Amino acid sequence: MKTIKYLFIAILSSTFFMACSDDDTPVLVNEEEVITTVQLTLIPVGSGDTVIFESKDLDADGPNAPVITTMGSINASSDYIGTVKFLNELEDPAEDITEEVADEADEHQVFYSFSGNSNSSVGYSDADEDGNPIGLSINFNSGTAATGNTVTITLRHEPTKDASGVSDGDITNAGGETDVEATFTYDVN
Amino acid sequence: MKQIIVGIAIALSCFGYSQDCTYTFLGELSDFHDGTPIASATIFIKELDKYIVSDIDGKFKIEDLCSGTLTLKISHIGCETKTVSFIIEGDTYKTIQLEHHIEELNEISVSGNTSKKETKTAQETVLKASVLKKYSALNIGDALKEVAGVSSINTGNSIVKPMINGMHSSRLLILNNNVRLQDQEWGIEHAPNIDINSAAQISVIKGSGALAYGGDAIGGVIVVNPSRIILRDTLFGKTTLGGQTNGRGISISSSLNKNYANGWFINAQGSLRKNGDFEAPDYVLSNTGANSKGFSVRSGKKTFESGFEIFYSYLNNEIGILRASHIGNILDLVNAINRQEPLIIEDFTYDIGFPKQDVTHHLVKAMYYKRFKNFGKVNLQYDYQNNQRFEFDVRVGDDKDKPALDLNLETHTLSTDVILDSNSDYKLNFGLMGRYQNNFANPDTGVRRLIPDYDKYDFGVYTTAEYAVNTLITLDFGLRYDFNRIDAQKFYRTSRWEERGYDVDFADIVIQDLGTQLLVNPVFDYHNFSASAGIKYLLNDYSYLIGNYSLSSRPPNPSELFSDGLHHSAARIELGDLRLNQEISNRISASYNYSNKDLNITIEGFYNRINDFIYLEPFGIEQTIRGAFPVWNYLQSDAEFYGIDLSASYDITETINILNKSSYTVGNDLENNRPLINIPAFNTRNSLSYTNDSWNNFSASLTSEWTFEQTQFPDNNFETFIAETNENVLVDISTPPNAFHLLHFYSEVTFKTSKFTNLNLALSVNNLLDTNYRAYLNRLRYFADDLGRNIMLQLQFNF
Repeated sequence: MKTIKYLFIAILSSTFFMACSDDDTPVLVNEEEVITTVQLTLIPVGSGDTVIFESKDLDADGPNAPVITTMGSINASSDYIGTVKFLNELEDPAEDITEEVADEADEHQVFYSFSGNSNSSVGYSDADEDGNPIGLSINFNSGTAATGNTVTITLRHEPTKDASGVSDGDITNAGGETDVEATFTYDVN
Repeated sequence: MKQIIVGIAIALSCFGYSQDCTYTFLGELSDFHDGTPIASATIFIKELDKYIVSDIDGKFKIEDLCSGTLTLKISHIGCETKTVSFIIEGDTYKTIQLEHHIEELNEISVSGNTSKKETKTAQETVLKASVLKKYSALNIGDALKEVAGVSSINTGNSIVKPMINGMHSSRLLILNNNVRLQDQEWGIEHAPNIDINSAAQISVIKGSGALAYGGDAIGGVIVVNPSRIILRDTLFGKTTLGGQTNGRGISISSSLNKNYANGWFINAQGSLRKNGDFEAPDYVLSNTGANSKGFSVRSGKKTFESGFEIFYSYLNNEIGILRASHIGNILDLVNAINRQEPLIIEDFTYDIGFPKQDVTHHLVKAMYYKRFKNFGKVNLQYDYQNNQRFEFDVRVGDDKDKPALDLNLETHTLSTDVILDSNSDYKLNFGLMGRYQNNFANPDTGVRRLIPDYDKYDFGVYTTAEYAVNTLITLDFGLRYDFNRIDAQKFYRTSRWEERGYDVDFADIVIQDLGTQLLVNPVFDYHNFSASAGIKYLLNDYSYLIGNYSLSSRPPNPSELFSDGLHHSAARIELGDLRLNQEISNRISASYNYSNKDLNITIEGFYNRINDFIYLEPFGIEQTIRGAFPVWNYLQSDAEFYGIDLSASYDITETINILNKSSYTVGNDLENNRPLINIPAFNTRNSLSYTNDSWNNFSASLTSEWTFEQTQFPDNNFETFIAETNENVLVDISTPPNAFHLLHFYSEVTFKTSKFTNLNLALSVNNLLDTNYRAYLNRLRYFADDLGRNIMLQLQFNF
């Protein structure tokens, strides 16, 4: 029985010994490549306001929904030069992910889908090395006056750019995976 | 040389002293353990070429001996044959101790031919080397499906997690050479880190009856044992070469065993496996290749009285995950579900891209045991495990080649086990276990930690008893207490912390406020009690009944407590819960076995009631910048599992055998009154085989595997608005796929190449008809069909 007693003591004390391990405080993870913010800036070709659509989600997959802001008003039957930006605002200064998208242009495409009575439309004004659109720069036509239109901006990683309709901006056959999806409601005056 | 000298000595002694043959030798045989006399042992007197038998007191007498050497070879049922020599120079009295519990020797490691069960009254099935060899190029989870009631939950076909009666992951306990595997087993996409080629025998124990291994095995225990140590001067081993058409895979595995009669042994085993992209009947499953490297070495000394063993094993698995299963949001999931084939189909390649897993597991074990006369056996064991898991996602920019998950889990365990077996009517076993575990989540991934850094302390104490009431009835009992402490340091998003209400309930554990994130230090203690009681009743020479009750308690695992983030392949946010407590299982089971020369039937039934069963359930939808995601929470609810497993084998003639294995399992959530998710549907396997030993042990079999459609499932479907198309769609993530029926063929032949060597040639065809199917228990069923036809050829050289 003595042996057992010693074993018992040995194991018990080893548990306590192990318990005295180091207590390193973990390092905060510096989140990379996270997109917190999408910004679509529309500069009118003629006169009018510069319009900015922004969706910002600082807690990423946390419970808070993205905060959506719209600045400026859109005039009917007007052309705009549009540029889209993707930012990681968790870093200081904010990291511009648009550059990474542009660097890997052949693996990315931004899509614009509309709803509402204005029948707004976009045309791509940029291209990757294969001549396929990227969608970071666009021409935007506002269409007719109507309220409650929406535009959904979708950034796809590794879409099938040569699939039917994809280079015209139709997302249906694009495939790939969604990195960003943001919807904005707007009125055309 | 030795024998020659002894022989000459004997010869000389006989000649030299032939005149002086008047001595008497008195011998007494007794059991090593308890000193009881061994009656009716056969004693062969080498010098006289004569047999005698010991009397009821274990005594025997040899008269008219000449002076010189006397060599006795003593054999007895249940004992190892022992040879002893004495120098006779006058009348002699000797006590000779026999190792009367030869079967006990096997409990250290079990042979490939004779199977030894780990338990007496639990529902246990043993898979022998002859069965395991069929799975040399596959996974341990595939082999375990040979047991009725065991299925698997898969992520593709390379990540195969065993499932016993509908339970998996933390509810199963896996032992590799008596070391409890600590390899982040909580995740569904974390396969057990065991190289099937290192196993000589695997026992599957349903339920938690085997308390010596742990008190939290609510589903069951899987015991993997390496080959048996033979106390003989011998060198043996085997080399297996395999090739298969699906995945264009090749595998090689080799093992070498050197044993010495004095107990020393050394074994080494290694295996390599390489597969490219697997194929469904109609297309390539792109990025499903897998590479596996395994190595183990075991050495020590084993004698009846004492012994030790040092064991090291290494396993590395690099597994590609179907490229099409990596999705960004719900729309992608809807698109994937609605498509008939995966979105990404490329040409076959051996290259493994992203996403993929790269997991390395090291295991070191040192064990010592000693037997004490009239007492029993004491085991002392230390083991260390290091599990390094990398998961690579599809990432962009500079982070492309950076893992998205980098976890290192280290575990130290010290344990002792004492067996008191000096009385042959009962056997008492008790033990202690102390364990320390550290998890380190590397922050360099640039992705928030899925599992936080933690320290975990476990302490366990148990006792089990086995009592033979009479020759027909055996009882066993067990009691166990476990203490677990988990001490974690985790960053929460402040928004999540508040949304969960932790700011109210756990305000005191916040140690640092970083603005948008909080560092918290949860320390949770769990006290777990488990117990078991069982009876085995021999009805007659052909049949027995087994009844068993077990109580077990499982504390929540790190994933259930701390999960916090987006799960890519499921397109959902999974959230752990700090408020979870243990789940408590009460399981009763009964089995009936009948076996005679031709027929063998086992029927096993069970009912398992689990209070506070932990499971994932959809909770709501959250908006993120990637779109909307369903949120799944870990919740607790009372649940029940019940089912019946049948296996039957019948020899129609000497050469023809039919075999059936069927299993039916039900799992219900009792609080919400609905079925539980991921319960295997009714399945039945029927084989017809032909064996002819005179044709070089030829055998061929055709197996039909029929899995029904699961009609009992929780409806977790949800509607979501797809902005791109401006419509609401129903996301059907719940409906199980159709029933499927597969045919498999297996044939083998063994050629004797010399007295001690043979060559086994096996040809098998899985999914003979190239049937298209999707399995409910495959997490990638939304994205692609399961495997098509696979023809495998395997050569095994045994020497």
